[in-house]
Amino acid sequence: MLIARVIGELVATQKHASHEGCKLLLVQPLNLDGTDRGDAVVALDAVDAGVGDKVLLVTEGFSAMTSVGRPDSPIDMAVIGFIDHVELVQGVA
Amino acid sequence: MILARVVGTVVATRKDPRLEGKKLLILKPVSPDGKDENGYVVSVDTVGSGVGERVIAVSGSSARMAEGCKDIPIDNAIIGIVDEVHLD
Amino acid sequence: MYFGRVVGSVWATVKHPGMTGCRMLVVQPLTPELRNTGKPLICTDCTGAGAGELVYWVRGKEASFPFLPQKPPVDTTVVGIVDEVHVQRTLQAPAKAPVPVHRKSSMKN
Repeated sequence: MLIARVIGELVATQKHASHEGCKLLLVQPLNLDGTDRGDAVVALDAVDAGVGDKVLLVTEGFSAMTSVGRPDSPIDMAVIGFIDHVELVQGVA
Repeated sequence: MILARVVGTVVATRKDPRLEGKKLLILKPVSPDGKDENGYVVSVDTVGSGVGERVIAVSGSSARMAEGCKDIPIDNAIIGIVDEVHLD
Repeated sequence: MYFGRVVGSVWATVKHPGMTGCRMLVVQPLTPELRNTGKPLICTDCTGAGAGELVYWVRGKEASFPFLPQKPPVDTTVVGIVDEVHVQRTLQAPAKAPVPVHRKSSMKN
């Protein structure tokens, strides 16, 4: 799982039927110091997140599918929680 | 499986209900000689580890075979606390 | 899932029997700001997307799920056509570009 920030939303009318009724979020994975970690990705929303929220992102198929309740669907990433805060030991990040 | 160091905790109140009661820790991968490697991962603790400890973690579907993690949406779990590493 | 643009198609007459009838597209991954990122790749398609369209695609075992019960040996599939992108973020300053190396031949003046 990764820490990420929601930076936007995608609108897609024509998509795989299993994605119907689920919000598509553009999320930017973050490093521990809050900087961007690689490129933004597209994730389905399991917790009603919005732009600007700091969230927990799963990047594995089964976890992503079950968190939005759609087994055997082509889903490999989902937002599964809001991060309230992150505590780190000194000297990291 | 990777060797990692617990460097922090994550607090998330609103989350998938199946994650209720699970401790979320931030791991930084380490090399066998103890040096930090790049990157980090958020992992679910199943063995009662804490900040500062060296642990072993599994990723992918294996994470859901850890104690109490069956069928919950996670992709990384801590499955052991490392006491010693011997290198030849 | 990842965001990208269809930049072409691929036809293959001889391919794995499990892939019969699968369309294949060339997809260029994009940042949310529509800038190219990384190298283009080939994805199978389950949406009917065509060249120029913005799409999102899935990677890994899940890429074969749209074709169930058939299980084609594929690892990337386009699963949606994007109509609109809404992005709100302040971009970080890009990492410092390396100092250009001037070669003698390019310093004509």
